[in-house]
Amino acid sequence: MLQKLYDWVDERVDITPLWRDIADHEVPEHVNPAHHFSAFVYCFGGLTFFVTVIQILSGMFLTMYYVPDIENAWKSVYYLQREVAYGQIVRGMHHWGASLVIVMLFLHTLRVFFQGAYKKPRELNWVIGVLLFFVMLGLGFTGYLLPWDNKAYFATQVGLEIAAATPVIGDGIRTLLAGDPSIVGAQTLTRFFAIHVFFLPAALFGLMAFHFILIRKQGISGPL
Amino acid sequence: MHRGKGMKFVGDSRVTAEKKANLPKDYSEYPGRTEAFWPNFLLKEWLVGSVFLIGFLILTAAHPSPLEQQADPTNAGYIPLPDWYFLFLYQFLKYQYAGGEFIVLGAIVMPGLAFGALLLAPFLDRGPERRPTKRPIAVGLMLLGVFATFWLTYESVQHADYAHRAEKYGVNVEAVESEIDKSGPGWEVYEANCMSCHGEALQGQGNYPSLMDTEKSADEIKDIAQNGIGQMPAGIFNGSDEELQQLADFIKNAGSGGGGEGGSSEGESSEEGSSEDGESASGH
Repeated sequence: MLQKLYDWVDERVDITPLWRDIADHEVPEHVNPAHHFSAFVYCFGGLTFFVTVIQILSGMFLTMYYVPDIENAWKSVYYLQREVAYGQIVRGMHHWGASLVIVMLFLHTLRVFFQGAYKKPRELNWVIGVLLFFVMLGLGFTGYLLPWDNKAYFATQVGLEIAAATPVIGDGIRTLLAGDPSIVGAQTLTRFFAIHVFFLPAALFGLMAFHFILIRKQGISGPL
Repeated sequence: MHRGKGMKFVGDSRVTAEKKANLPKDYSEYPGRTEAFWPNFLLKEWLVGSVFLIGFLILTAAHPSPLEQQADPTNAGYIPLPDWYFLFLYQFLKYQYAGGEFIVLGAIVMPGLAFGALLLAPFLDRGPERRPTKRPIAVGLMLLGVFATFWLTYESVQHADYAHRAEKYGVNVEAVESEIDKSGPGWEVYEANCMSCHGEALQGQGNYPSLMDTEKSADEIKDIAQNGIGQMPAGIFNGSDEELQQLADFIKNAGSGGGGEGGSSEGESSEEGSSEDGESASGH
């Protein structure tokens, strides 16, 4: 039955090559911790992706309760934390996952750097990876404001002042992010929400797709 | 991919009609003890992921994510502190030649150079050698960067008193969730005169103290409302003597289990007495 279904789809869409591109490959000995325990350093990239998936899923559930407006944002987070079943766990996963994804990215970056794995022909994938790091930091920064507590508000104000220090375009960046040249308020919250939930994740998905396609295309770097 | 004459397609699509045998690649192409990704290696990854997830969930359950008091732009006493992964930059900007009038240097030029170098690392470190010992400059600069980041973060954490912050800025859950009698006249007076500073639940915020479970008498409350105390200026209260009495009763009863006692201005003395009893009882 399942085979028939697969064949029916395969005849029309030719999915077998897709499947082979994704999953049908060999894992070399030097990256397999089953053979060399020190190869656990190759897990950092995969664990970064794992935490990213946790962030996406927990974030999707958070938006079911979160209200991006200055009257209700804090109250909705508080309600989620105190009243909603498992709300504290889901928000906790998103909160701690944000820290963990930075830790994992940091370790992954150091692994690639110290092994010189970014050398020809993998320069492009390194650049994409660093851009992913920037996007993650941006997600951390924008997500920080959303609970709309004092910590969020005043840290964001400091962050925006730093952004505004950029010569020439500083004030423009600040206005673009905060919605106003001087006020951190209702507009800032909705803009940060939009950036956190739509703009940056879109960039993240695109860059991750490139990252993974290039890994599959070029294979993992050889042993030192 | 096979192209050109003689190709057959499914309908008018670009999917080829000819079936090729789905043969896996020859394993002998790969050196060493390779392993098929699917399903052998993925199963092991699954196990590593599960262990990781358990540790992560324990962290989540043991440390509920923090939430401070609702944002209050007028809270002048708040000392901002970013999330830990931005602390290195925050600390860096405190130094003389990185902050103040040198803010462009500290906030844009230096981080721009550091992160720009990170972004373009493959084009700066172009030699064919991959071993760290064979490329001392690149590795040395990276170690310096990592060390500086760690050290700046450490310095910043040294100056931040997280326990004190949690106590001072955290949410007083009991105050927020206590039941306050919002039906009586005292609430309206409170709402008009006091709420903007002392909060919707009398919980206080920042430098404004909580008014829950106050130990002051009704007369003292009246005096404070009119003449101020400490940093609170005089003349905040604006209303009649009757409203002042209602306010004093309201604040006196709040949090001591007296919130639901009718809340009317009648029988003031008896309410005061009962609320004091309630306080002494809850004190034990």
